[in-house]
This record gives sequence, structure tokens and C-alpha cells, in this order.
Amino acid sequence: MNKASSILLFTVLAALAVALGYAVIFLPEQAEGLATAVSDQMGNSGVDHSVTAVLLNFRGYDTLLEMAVLLLALIGVWSLAPQSRAETISIPPASPVLLALFRLLIPLMILVAGYLLWVGAHAPGGAFQAGAVLAAAGVLALLCGKRLEGRLAGWPLRFGLVLGTAMFVAVAAAVMVGGAHLLQYPLEWAGGLILLIEAAATFSIGVTLMALFFGVRPITDQRP
Amino acid sequence: MTLSVLYALAGVGLFVLALHGLIVHAHLLRKVLALNIMGSGVFLIMVALARRATEAPDPVPHAMVITGIVVAVSATALALVLLLRLKEVTGRTELDEDQTPS
Repeated sequence: MNKASSILLFTVLAALAVALGYAVIFLPEQAEGLATAVSDQMGNSGVDHSVTAVLLNFRGYDTLLEMAVLLLALIGVWSLAPQSRAETISIPPASPVLLALFRLLIPLMILVAGYLLWVGAHAPGGAFQAGAVLAAAGVLALLCGKRLEGRLAGWPLRFGLVLGTAMFVAVAAAVMVGGAHLLQYPLEWAGGLILLIEAAATFSIGVTLMALFFGVRPITDQRP
Repeated sequence: MTLSVLYALAGVGLFVLALHGLIVHAHLLRKVLALNIMGSGVFLIMVALARRATEAPDPVPHAMVITGIVVAVSATALALVLLLRLKEVTGRTELDEDQTPS
């Protein structure tokens, strides 16, 4: 890149920064947005925390599609990475300290994931945070040289991957039997249904993120 | 100027810096990283501006950001695999320069 074009680029980006900054500074200092609308409807959501209520109830459709995006990304990754790469991934043997730490940390991380999942009903937390912690535990395991056993890498792995989306779709459709709309949970069941969806979603998010990190289809005993 | 505006301005700064990185660097890994930082800037702006509600912060942008983070992570994974594939097929980590018509 020559000097003239880098000066031009700098000028354009500086103008963009000033314009965006101007827009941010001169926004009204107080704006309710949808906060009032959400807090008015909290009684109908089945949970006590507003972000969880928006994610799993008011805008449940977005979250459902987001689970599908995770799956699509994994399908893309698995299609693009040749299976032969799975054999070439090698990690030097983990040190005894790392392995000891691994044994200590894994139960703790699973416990934290469970706690985050449970606490999401009334405080910051929920399926995505819990799933991220679970995925971190999985990535740690991969980095310690642990691999999924061949007999688990076929159908059991795929079951784990689709569990969250499948549970979400099943619940979304099942409530329609009672005459409700798609994803319109009956009030007395809402809390339980949200926890059920979140538990399945946590597991699937953890497994999917771990599989995305691994980057290739794990080697199975027999091809599924 | 409230604190949330300061955070939003930091988000604008991150966005523009990363946009610069995206344009200047040819290496695709750097472009992927720059896109991620741009996304982080946008998330920071959204979360900061949600604070302008009078009582608790507006939960809707928060829910959108958490959705966005997950999508960004999966998109990054896909982008990295595409990059690896490009490296395998062509041996290069940059895209071709645009051909100027002669």
C-alpha cells in the first residue's frame, strides 16, 4: 500500500470514527428501549431474570435459530476438513502437573456449568454461559491429549450435538397441542420447560463448541 | 458524559481500529481476527447503550449480544477451517489481488 492510499484510508476511517462517536455522544441520555415492555411481561415468562426471559421466552425463536446456526457451522467445518487430518493432530504428552490439574479442574468446571445453568432463572447465567464453561472443560481435555473413544464418536456424539436443538423444537411444537402458538409456553409450565430446554442446550453447546475446536470429524470405530 | 457513553466510545474505537486492520492486512488469519474485534466493538456499544434505561439495563440488547457472541464463535471456527483448506489447496494464506482491467 503506497503512502497516498494509506493517508486516504486514514482520513476515511477517522471521519467514520468521528461520525460514529458523534452519533453515540448525542443519543438521548436516557432511553427505556424495551426495558419497560420486558419488565411488564416478566410475570408471564416463568423465570425471574429478564435476560433469560428474553432469550428463552419472548425471543425464543432467535435462540432456537441460533442453536441451528451452531449446528450448521459444525456441519460446514466437518465438510471442509478432510478426515485424514484427524490422524495428524498430535499433542505432546501432557506433563504430570497438567494432568493432576486436569483431574482437579474438570469436576469443578462441570459443577460451575450446572450452577450457571440453574442460576440463570433468577440471576445472570443460563445455557450459553454454562455451555461455554462445559466447552472450556472439553477443550482442556483435548489439550491434555484426551480423545473421544471410537464407539462414542459416531451416533452418541451426533445425539449430543442435536439434543439441544431437538429438545427446543420438540417443546416448541408440543405446546401447540394445547392450542398455543409455536414457543408459547403455558404459564404454569414455563419455568420447567425453560430449564429443560436450557439443560439440553447447555450440553449441546458444550459438545458443539468442543467439536468446533477439534476441527475435524473424530475417528469412529465404524463409519456411521 | 456518562460512563456508558465512554464505554460506547471505546466500542467505536475498537470497531474502527479493527476495520483498519481488516483493510490493511492481507493475511487471512489477521482478517478473521480483525472481524472478531469489530464484532467485540459492536457488542460493547450495544451493552453500553442498554445501560441508558432508568432502572435495570435493557435486557433485549443483552440477549442479542449473547446470541451474537455464539454466532461469532461459530463463524470464526468456520472461517478458520476455510483458511486451512485454502492453505492446503493453494499453499497461500492470502486472497488474490483484484485484477485491474487493462
